[in-house]
Amino acid sequence: MTITEHTAPAWEELVSAALLGTTRRRPPVGVGHEHDDAAFALLDAAAVATVRRRAGLLPARSAPRPAPAPDDPRPLPPPAAQARLRALLNDRTGNGASAGGRRGSTPSLGELLPQWLAAAGQHGYRAPDAALPDLLDAARARTDLRPDALTLAGPRALWLAELNPDWKFALRSGNRGAAGDAAADPEAARRLWEEGLFAERVALLTSVRERDPAAGLALLGSSWAQERAEDRLLFLDALRTGLGRDDEPFLERSLTDRSRNVRATAAELLSALPGSALAHRMAERALSCVSLDRTGVGPRIAVEAPYACDPAMERDGVAASPPPGRGERAWWLGQLADSSPLGVWPAQFGGRTPGQIVALPVADDWQPDLHAAWCRAAVRQRDAEWARALLGPPPVPAGAVTTAGDPAKLLSVLPEGERAVWVAEFIAGHGLSEAFQLLGACAVPWAEPLGRAVVDALDIAREAGSYPWSFSGVMGLAERCLDPALADRLEPLTTTQEDPGDASPGAGSYWSEAFQRLITTLRLRATMRTELQQ
Amino acid sequence: MVARTVVGMEDTEQRWSAEQVLALAPDAASQKAGTRLAVPGPWSGTGTAGASEDGGGAVVWGLCAGSGSRPYRTAVDLTGPAFNCTCPSRKFPCKHAVGLLLLWARGDAATDADSGTGIGPAEPPDWVAQWQAKRTAAREKSPAGGGAGAADPQAARRRAERRAQRVAAGAAELEQRLTDQLRTGLAAGREDQRVWDTVAARMIDAQAPGLAARVRELGGIPGSGGDWPSRLLEEYGMLHLLARGCLALDAGPDALPGALSDTVRSRVGYTTAAAELLAGPTLRDSWLVLAQQDSTEGTMTTRRIWLRGARSGRPALLLSFGAAGRAPEVSLPVGRSLDAELAYHPGAVPLRAALGPQHGSPTPGHLPPGVPVGEALSGYGEALRADPWLDEWPVVLSGVVPIPDPGGWQLADVDTDSALPVDPRRLGRPGLWRLAAVSGGHPVTVFGTVGHRGFTPLTTWPAGDGRAGEAVAL
Repeated sequence: MTITEHTAPAWEELVSAALLGTTRRRPPVGVGHEHDDAAFALLDAAAVATVRRRAGLLPARSAPRPAPAPDDPRPLPPPAAQARLRALLNDRTGNGASAGGRRGSTPSLGELLPQWLAAAGQHGYRAPDAALPDLLDAARARTDLRPDALTLAGPRALWLAELNPDWKFALRSGNRGAAGDAAADPEAARRLWEEGLFAERVALLTSVRERDPAAGLALLGSSWAQERAEDRLLFLDALRTGLGRDDEPFLERSLTDRSRNVRATAAELLSALPGSALAHRMAERALSCVSLDRTGVGPRIAVEAPYACDPAMERDGVAASPPPGRGERAWWLGQLADSSPLGVWPAQFGGRTPGQIVALPVADDWQPDLHAAWCRAAVRQRDAEWARALLGPPPVPAGAVTTAGDPAKLLSVLPEGERAVWVAEFIAGHGLSEAFQLLGACAVPWAEPLGRAVVDALDIAREAGSYPWSFSGVMGLAERCLDPALADRLEPLTTTQEDPGDASPGAGSYWSEAFQRLITTLRLRATMRTELQQ
Repeated sequence: MVARTVVGMEDTEQRWSAEQVLALAPDAASQKAGTRLAVPGPWSGTGTAGASEDGGGAVVWGLCAGSGSRPYRTAVDLTGPAFNCTCPSRKFPCKHAVGLLLLWARGDAATDADSGTGIGPAEPPDWVAQWQAKRTAAREKSPAGGGAGAADPQAARRRAERRAQRVAAGAAELEQRLTDQLRTGLAAGREDQRVWDTVAARMIDAQAPGLAARVRELGGIPGSGGDWPSRLLEEYGMLHLLARGCLALDAGPDALPGALSDTVRSRVGYTTAAAELLAGPTLRDSWLVLAQQDSTEGTMTTRRIWLRGARSGRPALLLSFGAAGRAPEVSLPVGRSLDAELAYHPGAVPLRAALGPQHGSPTPGHLPPGVPVGEALSGYGEALRADPWLDEWPVVLSGVVPIPDPGGWQLADVDTDSALPVDPRRLGRPGLWRLAAVSGGHPVTVFGTVGHRGFTPLTTWPAGDGRAGEAVAL
């Protein structure tokens, strides 16, 4: 190729000639002696210039570098566990494809990710660096994963989140690392409190409260008057951590806050402090409404619900107007009773125990309102004795399931073992159809006899040829919560049975497949646990 | 039944890594489905056996419970690898084969051995032995190399001459198109991409697929914004250069220097069969697998495997293809070393190679030696001097810090202010963030390719951290 090149033409001139066309603009190149064609000469010149430019590329000037990520001294998980994490994260995105169709007998790995993250966190591992983007993406999509995922991911994930706007959420909810560091140093805490973003300040307040509730309260008090109403609400809520007697004067002052939501939260926190003046005032009001009536055949509870909601009650957090469909008096009574310390009732009822009090008849149909209020109080005050009394024994098979409050919430107040026994008995009597929420309240892995009760109930449902799809919720829960040691006991259940005449068609093979999946998942969980320990 | 080395499999056949197995899967869906099956639950009757005396390779097999009453029989011959499964899937390999291999790959973990669910050595059942015997027989029947074409050198030469004429005619037509467009101007008719699709089809007819591929790219440039006229003129120039090369080939055997004419031939789309290359001189080295990347166009998957010889220091590129749901045949473990023979395709810059005999299984790799940014660019420039159409030149950068920036990423030397921009076409890729995560703002070693629009990172090795040589694919 011969190119007669007198001087290198500027590239821009070549481009404008090419854009307009050589018939309109003559390119700034000498026409070669091979062809007297301007277009051809332009192509020659373009080729030369292109190769010259590409071959002569020089380094660019570097942009400002990010500051290096802080070190994370925690150890990495063992290699097998790292590979497992990759598989779990890899499977996460595939759920969309399988969600609609049948699940087959293979486990759903995405559902095991939360357990893996929690377990790895307990071992004190950090996530492998290369897994951080996938981990952050997973946490971005599922808020329930965030606390464990961000703990595992550590400071480098926050470093990444500073750089990638997609992961900003990590800075909002997950700044516990920085906040935790600052919490240990009063000077740093003060600075972060004064200069930090709102989310950082909430995280800081929570961390400081965990270490030293009084210091946290002082921090909040220092700027309380200047905070915006919606910020005050969340800051106040952070006092729940480490709540104690010393917080009472501050909370008492907040009962006169300009914001109604702040007032209500202050009242709720005070009512959870059984010795507080507010609790005392509420108790006085409640005791004047609820008393023991000995005039009848047997003792019973007489209720004289309040006739008005006075300003003092409103100041103590009682909401004056009921939601639609509820009577005013019952609404006020409920609030007085659920904000009173449960400890005041035995004296009011002649030294009776909570169990005896709950057993007393209540006059004039007030029982549902009164018991519901006590249930809320038992949950709020974490009072196991009252929770046990209100929950009662698991209802017998024939009896209707009637509990005043939400049994799942009451259960959460009881010790783990007791919870498992109660739910196991409930399932033995009622089967699984109403047990889903109760199971959700039990500690994982399910303690005995609960695990066996669930397995037996599933087996009974299978034998009866029940419509299997109605159990898929419990099955999914069992896959995640059953003790892996039960896998061997489940093995015989995987054989496909002949469908009984009245069974749903195809039920037999579905059950077999579901049990197969249950066993596989349990074994996988056991393997995951071992991998983390190596 | 053929005598086999039932015990001692672990000594001869190293279990693969999970990544290696996953690379065999035809697509992401198969990877996921296979991963879900990589648990002991659905499997029974599993086993593995070493190579048999009659030439059957080491095998892994098992029965997988599916939705039907009869379990699927799945077997994999590891030297191929070759797959066999009774499931109706059209994917190849199917999820059962992938799951089985994953389960086997994880086999040396103590956990599986404890619960007795790992895949251990066993005598192959009849159905496995029969399948292998059939494979051995088929292999012996097919002639070793040399198809029917070689039998008639006269006909082959006539075909070659016909093709050379067609290619030259195609190149001439292309020159005509390019100059015509430049006379009326690039701005004219730039909305109509189909014009170039038509020209590309003409180049296919002319048996010049390399020209066709470059021509097809032209259609998309005016829509790509920014300085498109400049980029379009560059591609016109390079295409013109290649067309001129084609015509020079046609002009006579001495019109171009030997190596350059080989380069032009390969850029135009002439290929040499791997068997033919491997019959010639080969280069045996310990090849570090630097990267393996798949790209899909239509139903065709192209896999590029980048290697670097530990002794020769030479780069090599292995291309393999998979059509319609099949994974490309070759899969090599990134970050490991392979004692193997390669034969380079001829050209001024030998890069593409055919994989010849391998000696033993892949062994743990090492941290490859790298260069700073400036040296990487000058190396690319040197290579361009010999092959101006080179789109990607493999480079290991060492001591570079990734700089994420919304306006464009860079890899910067740790102790100078020189930086290499990342190719803007790669900016959306999740691998970049993985690179940033591994680096954490500290210098790392990165393998990738340099092109005229920037760098494409493909693999990184974290600095220090004790476990050197642990490659992370990006």
